[in-house]
Amino acid sequence: MEAVKNAIKMEGITKRFGSVVANNAINLELHEGEILSLLGENGSGKTTLMNMLSGIYYPDEGQIYIHDKPVTIASPKDAFDNGIGMIHQHFKLVDVFTATENIILGLNEDGKMNLKEAGRKIKEISQKYGFDIDPDQKIYNMSVSQKQTVEIVKVLYRGADILILDEPTAVLTPQETDRLFAVMRNMQKDGKSLIIITHKLHEVLDVSDRVAILRKGEYIGDVLTKDADQQSLTDMMVGRSVSLNINRPAPVDPKPRLEVKGLTVYDELGVKRLNNINFTAYSGEILGIAGVAGSGQRELLEAISGLYPIAEGSVIYHNPKSGKTENLAGKDPLEIQRAGISMAFVPEDRLGMGLVGSMGMTGNMMLRSWRKKKGIFVDKKEPERVANEVWKELEVVTPSIDFPVRRMSGGNVQKVLVGREIAQDPAVLMTAYAVRGLDINTSYTIYNLLTSEKMKGVAVVYVGEDLDVLLELCDRLLVLCGGQVSGVVDARTTDKRQVGVLMTRVGGKGDEK
Amino acid sequence: MLNFLVTFIPRAIMQGIPLLYGSTGEILTEKSGNLNLGIPGIMYMGAIGSVIGAFYYETFTPKGQMNAFLGVLIPLACCLLFSFLTGLLYCFLTVSLRANQNVTGLAITTFGVGFGNFFGGSLIKLSNAEVPAIVLGGTSGYIKTALPFANKLGWFGQVFLSYGFLAYLAIVIAILASYVLKRTRVGLHLRAVGESPATADAAGINVVKYKYIATCIGSMIAGLGGLYYVLDYSNGIWSHNAFGDRGWLAIALVIFTIWRPSVSVLASILFGGLYILYLYIPTGTEMAIKEIYKMFPYVITLLVLIIVSLRKKREDQPPMSLGLPYFREER
Amino acid sequence: MKSKKALFHIVKRDTLPWYKSWMIRGAAILLALVMCSLVTVMVTGLNPLDLYKTMFYGAFGTERKTWVLFQKLAILLGISLAVTPAFKMRFWNIGAEGQVMAGGLACAAIMITLGNKVSSNGLMILMMVVASIVAGAVWGFLPAFFKAHWNTNETLFTLMMNYIAIQLAAYFIIIWEVPKGSGKIGMINQNTRMGWLPYLGGKQYAIIIIVIAILTVLLHIYLKYSKHGYEIAVVGESERTARYAGIKVEWVIIRTMILSGALCGFMGMLLVGGTDHTLSTDIVGGRGFTAVMVSWLAKFNPIVMVLTSFLLVFMQLGAKEVATNFYLNESFSEILTGIILFFIIGCEFFITYKLQFSKSGKEA
Repeated sequence: MEAVKNAIKMEGITKRFGSVVANNAINLELHEGEILSLLGENGSGKTTLMNMLSGIYYPDEGQIYIHDKPVTIASPKDAFDNGIGMIHQHFKLVDVFTATENIILGLNEDGKMNLKEAGRKIKEISQKYGFDIDPDQKIYNMSVSQKQTVEIVKVLYRGADILILDEPTAVLTPQETDRLFAVMRNMQKDGKSLIIITHKLHEVLDVSDRVAILRKGEYIGDVLTKDADQQSLTDMMVGRSVSLNINRPAPVDPKPRLEVKGLTVYDELGVKRLNNINFTAYSGEILGIAGVAGSGQRELLEAISGLYPIAEGSVIYHNPKSGKTENLAGKDPLEIQRAGISMAFVPEDRLGMGLVGSMGMTGNMMLRSWRKKKGIFVDKKEPERVANEVWKELEVVTPSIDFPVRRMSGGNVQKVLVGREIAQDPAVLMTAYAVRGLDINTSYTIYNLLTSEKMKGVAVVYVGEDLDVLLELCDRLLVLCGGQVSGVVDARTTDKRQVGVLMTRVGGKGDEK
Repeated sequence: MLNFLVTFIPRAIMQGIPLLYGSTGEILTEKSGNLNLGIPGIMYMGAIGSVIGAFYYETFTPKGQMNAFLGVLIPLACCLLFSFLTGLLYCFLTVSLRANQNVTGLAITTFGVGFGNFFGGSLIKLSNAEVPAIVLGGTSGYIKTALPFANKLGWFGQVFLSYGFLAYLAIVIAILASYVLKRTRVGLHLRAVGESPATADAAGINVVKYKYIATCIGSMIAGLGGLYYVLDYSNGIWSHNAFGDRGWLAIALVIFTIWRPSVSVLASILFGGLYILYLYIPTGTEMAIKEIYKMFPYVITLLVLIIVSLRKKREDQPPMSLGLPYFREER
Repeated sequence: MKSKKALFHIVKRDTLPWYKSWMIRGAAILLALVMCSLVTVMVTGLNPLDLYKTMFYGAFGTERKTWVLFQKLAILLGISLAVTPAFKMRFWNIGAEGQVMAGGLACAAIMITLGNKVSSNGLMILMMVVASIVAGAVWGFLPAFFKAHWNTNETLFTLMMNYIAIQLAAYFIIIWEVPKGSGKIGMINQNTRMGWLPYLGGKQYAIIIIVIAILTVLLHIYLKYSKHGYEIAVVGESERTARYAGIKVEWVIIRTMILSGALCGFMGMLLVGGTDHTLSTDIVGGRGFTAVMVSWLAKFNPIVMVLTSFLLVFMQLGAKEVATNFYLNESFSEILTGIILFFIIGCEFFITYKLQFSKSGKEA
């Protein structure tokens, strides 16, 4: 048997952010000439680990070897010098430049700049690996997949022989994904070593030779792809169910509150983000929305609250007081408010969308109530009362209700936001990643708040990423995958494995080969 | 008609040259993402720098012993030094201390215009020189020197060859700036810094260095515009606030040319022409209409700005990060 | 492998109590004053103590000087107040110069064309107020309209609008010039005093000072307690948050710039009808630009603006006095103003950030 040579070896790598351990004593190897999948849920530490290879972060402990030589990677330049190229999820390209100009940006080759010569080299690389790229095309004219191609060629142009792709398929159509995989195989044949970060199981099985799995910052193990199947990988990725002891009373008198029918939206580039979504949220229950990041969760909540343009479909609201129904599609937030519908929304981007960072709690409470008082002045009394109430009841740590929320810690910021949304006595309460980045105690505070809202008869929609929480907190789960509903399951009877499988199947149909 | 053109065009060109220096300098600066509203002040700094240099050289050199080479070099060096230092101050405040660019630029303009007018008005008193007014005829003579055979070539000589070397230098600098921006690696990197500093940073380009260098060089070029105005156009005579709002006109020119120094060569002459057109229009008794002509450069620029934003053509937009501070996110 | 370690790095401060940040600003102003006196001493050879005595005399020396100080303070403060709502929204309006000019021009137009036709001074002044407010509002509306709908760069737009207004004024000045060929309008309605703001208690500037004092309080209330003020603050912080809260961002931008422009126009009316009684192209005299700095340095707080504009006006008049005494050019005041501005602008950095010096000893 031929001895395996390592392109990369990471030994005992640990990285902490404050008190959070993002990577704990991880050992990882990448063999020369192989495609390795790095698999794990959101927040399992995949990107952090790879960023230490590309020079974005510096490990707190541990040693990295490239081709068996110990190296120090302190900057992106060090990574380049070691032949490592990483294609990030967020492209770093100058929009008004051509592909060629972006590719040679920052290089200091000898002689004067020769775009023609560079373009020829780019063509050469493209032909070699089967890319389709026009060196003179401007970035702003390109599709997402073309931009990704530019990023990959940029790395190859600099002579990288180790490529790391961070969730490259998240933004691609199935056809584009197939093309990318073909290119990856060509690069492999050429002797390059590749790591692909992903959480889509069928892709793992499709493209890679070996799979390494991370979970909550720990290295779980690796397995040859030929010995793995979706089920075994899911098990390794999500692990055993952990009991969280979240209090979950039975729903009270569930009635349809919000009915989403055939909802379809497009982003500003014309890409379909939600495709024919249908579901009903009932009063007195928590509807969980599961799915890997970017499956359309944000678009769904924003479309319902009037912040994202709806192309097709309707959002029917059943008014519990009058018994009337109202279609919210086509209404902006102000019109929804004016129609007397009390919809609470805790967005993912807390300080960028839900709160005004420079204002204190009072100012932020006003964001929902400032229009209520008649006349030209805002009423400060009521928001002050609410602020004091939230301050006291949710135990927000802040010197005063006028202390800018931007300067509060993440947990306190979230308490302010959730506290405000609950204070408006909503009929529907939608939350996106409500406990992201929060400590255990604050998380439980939020869970309890949501449950007590449910018991008041509110229709709660909870978008989450931790399956254990979704399974214990919610009554029903709606699983999204690729902008489509892949299933609705009863959270009390289903298990992690079933949800995990739904999360990776577009439209809920099996697509394994 | 030909006669009119032969007298009008040289005047327009001489009006346009300071604007060309100013706009070339400002384009380089803006390409790095710095919206330097201090350019009017910096042009004053360049002007007064050259005046101070020339004044001391002329006043304290015995009559007849002036050296043409030194007579040009000293004002030139002083001009570059003054405008460089002012540009450096702008960079220090906006790039290193991350201050607001608009506010800093306006402060620079207040300071620069004041500095220029103050020393222009008080230089004689401060230096205890025994002259009635600042008239730098000697220096101006050197700087204005045109090709000796220019006036023998009739209208051709008058339209194309009758200027001092600084006029040609302005055109050379503008074309060179265009070339550097478009065709060289340094230009590519500079444009990347102005468009997307984060991308440039990730590509290993030193954003701070590029901003400093582009802004300081831009300031020095703009400063030359001030020098040209006093020592060439005005024959070395400083009069209070004579430079006027030309600095703002240079900024208008930047927008009008959609950030292209080579276009600015002709556009500056157009602006210069519009600026003095009123002198050549037979108005009869209607004198007021002249002032409307002076409005043209601004109105045209405004229209260009509006049309460009309506068309949304990406290449024609201001550099994306113009006016915004950049600093790498702290990890 | 080597990696250079920076000597220090810049860290955002998380909290700085208000008194500390004001201490930093105070220190910066003190340093600036020291710097100013250094420069002045170098130029004049005066000893610093005498220097400040002279400056103080220039500002408060006589009753007349004191009135002028307060008049200039009121005008600068008024224009600064006018530009503030837009700045709070992060709309970079540097077109106050033109907006004030537009207002002044409209006001002069009414005074000149209707001076003989209207008999009541009250009615006259009312028309002046309306005309100048409308003119300023139009000048403010245009850039806002294009910004809100097509994202046209407002800084460059308003900059161009300045000179369009100034040239328009220059045009009308020649049309209205008295006597013909002088290039000046001269005192408008000198005999009838039509459209001149009333001299309260015989003091010409009293009315302006009172009006601005009221305006300061009103604007403070508007920004802090009104629904509009709240909308402006939210839009300035984050457009996404504003949309989330159901605020119509485009409309707020346009409305606020109309307000800013209208207030500027009103200031033009005060200049023409209240202080100068004539129109010239340098009637605003760069104060539209200075106002930008005053407003920004005061962190958009109307009450603090009283202090910043006082500081600048005091320096201006003081420096003018020094300049006159020493037969120097009066632009001297702009140099001192510039120095003070540089120090205050620079000191903001130390309020927002702190430098953390690296410990010695190299990390890998």
